[in-house]
Parts: sequence; structure tokens; C-alpha cells
Amino acid sequence: MAIPHPVPFGPLARRAAFATPDAGRGAAPAEDPYRSSVTLTVNGTPHRLTLDNRTTLLDALREHLHLTGSKKGCDHGQCGACTCTVNGTRINTCLSLAVMHDGDRIETIEGLGSAQALSPMQQAFVARDGFQCGYCTPGQIQSACAVLEEIRANIPSHVTADLTAPVQITEAEIRERMSGNLCRCGAYANILAAIRDVAEAQA
Amino acid sequence: MKPFSYHRASDAAQAVARAAELPGARFIAGGTNLLDLMKLGIEAPAHLIDVNGLGLDQITETPAGGLRIGTLVSNTALSADDRVRRDYPLLTRAIAAGASGQLRNKATTGGNLLQRTRCPYFYDTAMPCNKRLPGSGCAASTPGAVTRPLGVIGTSQACLATHPSDMAVALRALDAEVGTLSADGARREIPLESFHRLPGAMPEHDTVLRPGELITHVTLPAPVGGRQLYHKVRDRASYAFALVSVALILQPDGTGRVALGGVAPKPWRRPEADAALPRGAGAVMERLLEGARPLSGNAFKIPLATRTLAALLKEAA
Ligand SMILES: Cc1cc2nc3c(=O)[nH]c(=O)nc-3n(C[C@H](O)[C@H](O)[C@H](O)COP(=O)(O)OP(=O)(O)OC[C@H]3O[C@@H](n4cnc5c(N)ncnc54)[C@H](O)[C@@H]3O)c2cc1C
Ligand code: SF4
Ligand code: FES
Ligand code: FES
Repeated sequence: MAIPHPVPFGPLARRAAFATPDAGRGAAPAEDPYRSSVTLTVNGTPHRLTLDNRTTLLDALREHLHLTGSKKGCDHGQCGACTCTVNGTRINTCLSLAVMHDGDRIETIEGLGSAQALSPMQQAFVARDGFQCGYCTPGQIQSACAVLEEIRANIPSHVTADLTAPVQITEAEIRERMSGNLCRCGAYANILAAIRDVAEAQA
Repeated sequence: MKPFSYHRASDAAQAVARAAELPGARFIAGGTNLLDLMKLGIEAPAHLIDVNGLGLDQITETPAGGLRIGTLVSNTALSADDRVRRDYPLLTRAIAAGASGQLRNKATTGGNLLQRTRCPYFYDTAMPCNKRLPGSGCAASTPGAVTRPLGVIGTSQACLATHPSDMAVALRALDAEVGTLSADGARREIPLESFHRLPGAMPEHDTVLRPGELITHVTLPAPVGGRQLYHKVRDRASYAFALVSVALILQPDGTGRVALGGVAPKPWRRPEADAALPRGAGAVMERLLEGARPLSGNAFKIPLATRTLAALLKEAA
């Protein structure tokens, strides 16, 4: 499998981040130049954390807020397993520092639906068997929802033929826009089918 | 990763003042390149100055009929802007050919121009690399090295690497300028042509930017019209860096402009090659790549670039 970057995929588990949730408010981070306080609103709930500046948003979510749905596949922006929605936009949370997200609204897979009440995209992934091991799935689902939004917002892609006409939801558009999410199990065909189902149901 | 202090700046003057008073400070915008390199120990700033609060995220029209793009405009927003897709479609095409949706959402205009090379030995901290560690040597020029991703022209004995940006190739063809601010209040408008430097004996300097100098915006001159096409050849259909990319602006009278990515340490364009456009792809490439020093593993880039341009000329005609 070709990678977009010369560095091979890293191990799945990496060193835990270097920080702890605030014991209580009023911890004085100003005295330690290497730590900062940040408020992250995750799935609607604000969390005040004091973190080592090096902590990525992904590590803050997983190691500090214990939201382990978002996965670490490569830690270098190459696989998309860590994809979450920040202020309505999907990003790779492994390539973003938590301290740069003060006041931001973050949605993780845990906020999208629960086992008892799956969101339409989650239901479609189940119905279409859009996964095998499931490791890439939270990132795939975050991207899948964002891709449909981005097409509706008329954001062009590499395969958009006419830049001045409204972008259409086509198989080629979905494939191209999902290219930032790799699936080692190769569930691509079923992922595409799931996204098409949701797009059609919403049309 | 080395510990660093973190600072937010709320306007451009404050950002450059901060950078001047903190030795070893770096600006951080989208973070998609800097943070990646910090994790690998290739970059190790003592201080980070977050520029996301500077308010430089607008695209405005200039009196000259062009566009002024704030440095914090994301790659997604720039590619989707109605004026850009109508008047500078080359720029939309080039941006959309790079990275992934997630990355383009975070990547900024200034950060994209300043992304560092993808030479595999630059990334391998166990190997010598003059760009990463000046004076250590160049692992890419040792026998048996992987030279497929490296440059064929503009390179030097000290460094053979290419500049990886797609967006920069379009900006070069469009004659963009990079606007900067320094701590002493000085502003510069640097033509993209002279923004990235050739490595010579100092490959550690990718651009002419001075320490602490902030990119505030990129200016596009008035639209030039014509058919504007960007074709990127890569090892997979999406989400991979260019082996070769070709930007073409072709006017109805057969004149135009050509810029190449993936072949040189900077977006590659020559006026004498542009002038040869009416005579076809072969004539253009003879001039554009005259003086090339291809290596055994990347000599294919020369015929590949020529054929890609030939295909684009056919498409644009
Ligand atoms: C997996 C992967 C695939 C990719 N594929 C492609 C591709 O195919 N094509 C392509 O073109 N790119 C590709 N990229 C690179 C991507 O486009 C860049 O990482 C991005 O554009 C950098 O922008 P940023 O805002 O995140 O920069 P940052 O990482 O924030 O900064 C990059 C550099 O610019 C400096 N800087 C940032 N803003 C300013 C400013 N205003 N003034 C002065 N200095 C500043 C920083 O100090 C740093 O040195 C890829 C990246 C990844 C991780
Ligand atoms: S080609 Fe340049 S970047 Fe690559 S190893 Fe040599 S000096 Fe380093
Ligand atoms: S963990 Fe692979 S892109 Fe973030
Ligand atoms: S389901 Fe296993 S990696 Fe995608």
C-alpha cells in the first residue's frame, strides 16, 4: 500500500500523553511554561483541562477524557483513524495540539450516536457491513458525515468536473473525498455503499 | 517531542514582536506539517506562537483587480471561494489535488508555502541530511539511495530534494506575491518566483523568509483568463505527493504559461519555456528542463513531464 508520506505507519499504541485532568479549577499553569489550560467542549460538555503543551487533541480525547472511540492509526495525518469534527469541520486530531482548541466544539464518534440509538450513518455502516476489524470505523463515519456536508456546501474536489456548477453527490466524489481514511481490512466497497444509502435517504 | 512554551497572538504586530523576543520561537498555523516534524524530532522549537487569532482569514479584492488572501485562509476555503474557482481555477485544481479533505481543512495558505520537503532521508533522523542537519551530508546522494522522489533540476551537490506543495505550483503560474511583516514593522511583497530558494550550499534555508518574519497574505494579480489545467501524476489516485505535476494556462492564441511541481526545490517555471508553448510540449520542456541532472531513479520524470504537458495541451485546445 502506498503512503502519502515517506514515513511508515507508526505503532498503534504510542506513549500516553504527558498530562492529567485538572485536580480542581484554579491550578496555576502560568507558573509552568510547558503547560496550558484549555476548555474543550466535547459532545456538548465543557471540560477544563491543564495539559502539557505537547498533548495532541487526539491524546487529550483518548487519554484525558477517556473517549477512546477516536483511534490512533499513524499519529502523522496519514490514515484518518483520528478524524473528529471541530467547530463543524473534520480534521485529523493527531496533527493538532489540544491547547490550540480553547473554546472549540468537538464532536467525536461517542457524540454521534450510542449503541442504543445509532445515527443514520452508523446504522448504514452496520447494514452494509462497512467494516471488518472496526479500527478505522469511527474515523470513517466522522468523515462520511462530513463528506456529505462538504458536498452540500459546494466545496469542490479533485474529481469535480465543472467548478462553477453545484457539486453533485456521485460515487466518484465520495471515493475521492474519503481518500484521507484508509482501511487496512479493505472494506471500501461497503463503506461507499453505506454512504450512498445515507445520501439517498437524505435526498 | 521537546517541551515548548505556547503563546497566542491576537494581531500580526504582536506575533512578530513575540517572535523577536523569544529566541527559537516558531509560528504555528494549521500545524499539519510543523507538528508532524516535531513528533519526529526534525523540528524542535523552544516556543510556539499560535497565529490562528490574528484575524488574517479573509479573501478580499485588491484595487488592481486581483485577490488578497489572508495567510490563515484554509486550503479548503481558498479552493471553494467563488472568485477563485471562476477566475483562478488553476488554484482550486492544484489545492484539491493535494493531501486529504481533513488536512486541507486545517492547512493554511502561508503554512502550505512553508511546508518542508518529503525527501525520505530528511525524515529519517538516523541518516545524514544537509537540509535537516547542515553539514552532515546527503544520504540521497549515496550509492543505492532511493532517488525516485527527488529533483531533476535546480538541485545542488548538497541537496537533491523537491518542494512538495501543489498550491505553490499554481501560485507560481499565476504570478502571486507573498506579503510579509517583520518585527521592525518592515513589510515585503515577495514574488513567488524568488520566495523559495535553490539549495546551493545552504539547503537548510527553503525560502528567503528571515527569522521571525510573518507571512500575512498572498496576493493574486488580476485574472489572466485562458484555459487553466493542473495535472498531478502520483503513485495512487488520491492522497499522495506528486511525482510530477504540470500547471498550464493556455490562451486562445496558443500562448500561455507552464509551471512544474515534483521536479525541483521550488515550483519550476521559465519565461523562455512559456514562449515556446505555441511550438508544443517538446519545445517547452527542452527549455524548461535544460540543464537537468536526472538521477538513475528519477530520469523518468523528464519524459513524464513532457507527456503530461502534451496531454494537457490536447485537453486545453
Ligand atoms: C499525509 C499528508 C499528505 C499531504 N499531501 C500533500 C499533497 O499531496 N500536496 C501538498 O501540497 N501538500 C500535502 N501535504 C502537506 C500540507 O499541505 C501541509 O502540511 C500544509 O499545507 C501546511 O499548512 P499548515 O497551516 O498546517 O502549516 P503549519 O504546520 O502550521 O506550518 C508549516 C510551517 O510554516 C510556518 N508558518 C505557518 N504560518 C506562518 C506564517 N503566517 N508566517 C510565517 N511562518 C508560518 C510554521 O512555522 C512552519 O514552519 C500533506 C500533508 C500530510 C500530513
Ligand atoms: S536530498 Fe536534501 S533533504 Fe534529502 S537527504 Fe539530501 S540534503 Fe537531505
Ligand atoms: S492517527 Fe492517522 S491520521 Fe491521525
Ligand atoms: S475495518 Fe479494519 S481497518 Fe477498516
